Amino acid sequence: MSEEPLVRTQALTKLYRGGVRAVDDVALEVRRGDVYGFLGANGSGKTTTIRMLLGLVRPTSGEVHLLGQPVPRAVDRVLTRVGALVEGPGGYAHLSGRANLQVLDAAGGGSLRRAARRRRTDEVLEHVGLDPGDRRPVRTYSLGMRQRLGLAAALFRRPELLVLDEPTNGLDPQGITEIRELLLALNREGTTVLLSSHLLAEVEQMSTRVGVLADGRLVLQDDLAELHAPTGRVRLRTPDPDRAVALLAGRVEHRDGDVLLVRSPDAAALNAELVGAGIPVAELGPERRSLEQVVLAATGAAREAS
Amino acid sequence: MIRVELWQLLRRPRTWITIAALNALPAVVAVLLALTDLGPRPGTGPPFLSAVLTDGTLFPLAALGLVLPLFLPVAVAVVGGDAVAGESQGGTLRYLLVRPVPRARLLVAKLVSVVAFVVLATLAVAVVGYVLGLLLLGDAPVTGTVSVSGSTLTPEQMYVRTAMTFVYVVLCMLGVAAIALFFSTLTESSVGAALGTIGLLIASTVLLGLDAAEPLEPYLMTRHWLAFVDLFRDPIRWGDVVDGTLTQLAYLVVFAGAAWANFATKDVAR
Repeated sequence: MSEEPLVRTQALTKLYRGGVRAVDDVALEVRRGDVYGFLGANGSGKTTTIRMLLGLVRPTSGEVHLLGQPVPRAVDRVLTRVGALVEGPGGYAHLSGRANLQVLDAAGGGSLRRAARRRRTDEVLEHVGLDPGDRRPVRTYSLGMRQRLGLAAALFRRPELLVLDEPTNGLDPQGITEIRELLLALNREGTTVLLSSHLLAEVEQMSTRVGVLADGRLVLQDDLAELHAPTGRVRLRTPDPDRAVALLAGRVEHRDGDVLLVRSPDAAALNAELVGAGIPVAELGPERRSLEQVVLAATGAAREAS
Repeated sequence: MIRVELWQLLRRPRTWITIAALNALPAVVAVLLALTDLGPRPGTGPPFLSAVLTDGTLFPLAALGLVLPLFLPVAVAVVGGDAVAGESQGGTLRYLLVRPVPRARLLVAKLVSVVAFVVLATLAVAVVGYVLGLLLLGDAPVTGTVSVSGSTLTPEQMYVRTAMTFVYVVLCMLGVAAIALFFSTLTESSVGAALGTIGLLIASTVLLGLDAAEPLEPYLMTRHWLAFVDLFRDPIRWGDVVDGTLTQLAYLVVFAGAAWANFATKDVAR
């Protein structure tokens, strides 16, 4: 039997006043070791879902299990092993970044002793690229710095699971790369990461598993490797498309000028067949869909069905 | 969490600015009295104000009487109204909850910190009042302090009764604190929560002056506030003081309960 997933929801639904279904029948599954990319347009229900995972918002119906424990019932026990960044960073504006981390650590159970807390604060600030010596109040921080501080707070207690809502919001490209490297390094060391984003490219670069939310419904959830797997079609470019179509009669699914999409499980065999018939081949390879195509297809299909 | 809250209360400049502002009115009154020697006629004006000209040691009581009807409750409403709504506004509430700080502990810590503010503010008014009285208005008569009933109170009796007054004033603010905390869990705007509380206070004061509202009178929050004067009668008249204490405790229980009922399952959407 496989291990219980770190995040599992069943039929998770949130109705807001006025009957808006912000989240509708969602079954998420994040397994240990995943970098789970949670995709969806703004307003698709990502943040509400994440808030329900963390016990901030009560589901209208359905279940949430976090690290195998029911939420919100056991939320205060289980959150000690989770680090979270929820819809933008928050901090006490009159305190420095350091002081914010220390207050937050002291506020909860199982907080560190003073010296250890100071060490961990230095460490974690350095980790996210903030200067541990900076005593300026958070009020003077840029959005990018606040975002880093929020990440530092999430990392502080070395959680097993990181839940990050739009972690790269407000960061410049350099910062985005840094944070991505940081999260991937943590993942290699065993941290499971659930990150939401509306940026496909970001998720495609980092994730091992993807879930797509559209209008509150989970329209797709699969391993990225599966989504990128060959589609069973081969993309062929040839200077002599007419002869190729004649040879492959019935197997050509689509023709666009000199590019043909051919139904074939084996690109090498197809190549041999074409060359054997004396048809020149300019380019040939198994068709793989980009994440964007997959997501658009899934979102579109869901829209039509509803 | 409670320790962190108290530490945050002491460290926040707002706490000290509010307390300084609270002491401004008694200070102005003390200076004016000292310069003009014009007190209100006995039996009129704020409590004890006519007596302080002859006895400066009574000024802490006069100062408490000055701030109790309006300034102190407004300060408590502002601090209490900010308790949860302020965290929500600053985006720190969700980070405390996922830290995790259990919701019950968070609410208790907030209530304790508001009560700590009440104690601190009341103490500051009393101490500053004492110093002002001593510096500007002079010592007690050698014959001892004259009670509201006309008899003489020994210094020991005065200490005990002043301490009781302090406790009573703090008690009077507990109802306000609980109401402010309740409103603070309802809204994400600390100003809104404070104004809601102040609105209730004003309504209570207006109804007190209305004959038609007489059946409501015993239940109004502000009804017994100035009953601390009765502690300086000889012998002490307990009736209103006890009623006032019970009323405040009832407000505390009801509104702290309502705050918990609302906050326990509230969706934290900010």
